[in-house]
Amino acid sequence: MIAFEQLNKKYGKHKALENVSLSIPKGRVVALIGPNGSGKTTLIKSFLGLVSLNSGDIFFQEKSVLKQSDYRKHIGYMPQISRFPEHMNVKQLFDFMRSLRKDVKDYDWDLYDKFEIKKLEKKRLNALSGGMKQKVSAALALLFKPQLLLLDEPTAGLDPKSNEVLKSKLLNFASEDRLIIITSHILSDLDDLVNDVVYLIDGKLKFYESINSLQEKTKESRLTKMIAERLEMKN
Amino acid sequence: MKNWVMIVFTALLFLATLGFFALEGQNEKAVIGLLNLSLLLVPMLSLIFSITYYYNMYDFLLLILAQPIKRKKSIFSLYLSLLIVFSLSITIGLGLPLVLFNPFSTSYLLLLCILLLSAVFIAIALWAAVFTNDKSKGIGLSLLLWVYFVLLFDGILLLGMYNFADYPIEKYVLFFTFLNPVDLSRIMVLMQTQTAALMGYSGAIFKQFFTTQQGLGIAVLLLLSWVVVPLTFAFNKFKKKDL
Repeated sequence: MIAFEQLNKKYGKHKALENVSLSIPKGRVVALIGPNGSGKTTLIKSFLGLVSLNSGDIFFQEKSVLKQSDYRKHIGYMPQISRFPEHMNVKQLFDFMRSLRKDVKDYDWDLYDKFEIKKLEKKRLNALSGGMKQKVSAALALLFKPQLLLLDEPTAGLDPKSNEVLKSKLLNFASEDRLIIITSHILSDLDDLVNDVVYLIDGKLKFYESINSLQEKTKESRLTKMIAERLEMKN
Repeated sequence: MKNWVMIVFTALLFLATLGFFALEGQNEKAVIGLLNLSLLLVPMLSLIFSITYYYNMYDFLLLILAQPIKRKKSIFSLYLSLLIVFSLSITIGLGLPLVLFNPFSTSYLLLLCILLLSAVFIAIALWAAVFTNDKSKGIGLSLLLWVYFVLLFDGILLLGMYNFADYPIEKYVLFFTFLNPVDLSRIMVLMQTQTAALMGYSGAIFKQFFTTQQGLGIAVLLLLSWVVVPLTFAFNKFKKKDL
């Protein structure tokens, strides 16, 4: 579904992405992991067209996304930090986002209902707690029934119950032959959810393997341990 | 998006307009007083308000751009919403009392100029904002620009006029004023009033130019280009920018 080809991006002297090539099929849940500054955010931003590349190409469903905007119809994005205008309330936000997407008539209100966002309708966005904002972000990401879900640190700031609600929604979502990409530092939250792991370090791709393969190689069952072990292995 | 600052702005303008008309016996003096006040205030307020609005909206813009929205459309909508708010505020705060008390061409021209001027400076503010991601740099830049347009430019012009007083420079002075939308507006309105008669020889050249239909038309077109040019720069920069 997505192909990254020889991506290069420099911010001044800092190489954020160096010759990153990656091809991810649909029907999977992929964890995008790496230390801070490894290029995860740059990778996502370049895919979303927020950042331009020095060289390389990105394909979504076999078509290049560079300088396009239409492909984002099929993408649901949940940013790490919720970015909402202060003076809007929750209802106005949802109405506004829906007005941006007149092409969609069929909405997925599932998370909206499960997170009880209706109760927050009249509340101003700057009056919401961090966790509430995350729930709003998550519900928005899924609202337009995307084929690709991009979640940047989705579980940070969510209470355990909401975490489970999100996870079960994601599991449900994934089984419908779509693609989910999650970046996270809290690997324990990703257990039982992800199929594949992409590991970036210093702007380069370190490894891209399935959980099964990692389990075989490292003989570990928990994600954190699998990855730690794998990193020790062959370069 | 209702914002209390704009309401205060409108109220201020309204009060100022009323105040001027109340104080000055002659309507024309009041209009000139208003002209000077708004030429000072409107650019500054448009600059500061617009640039802080942009920085406040920046994060939300990112969320919007993750939707299938083109960059040009998003920044243009931002400009339009700012323009609409300012236009409403100026029309009600300045226009309404102006037209009520002094329903002559001077008032309408003043209103038009101030409206155009706000459009110009919102465009300049957006350009400055898009130029730098640093909030303080952006605000600093726009304040500098304000000082340039409202103070420095005239200072340079006066210096030039003083030093070359012996030469027939009137035409050049005229063209030079085209480089400053504030001066352009000021002269446009002043020429409609009787003060023009007091300005002597240089005044005559200006009067010649600005009282003809053609001259006024060109002046308005110039103001419009003062809107379009910074806007184009802003849009192009925004299109390519890393966000």
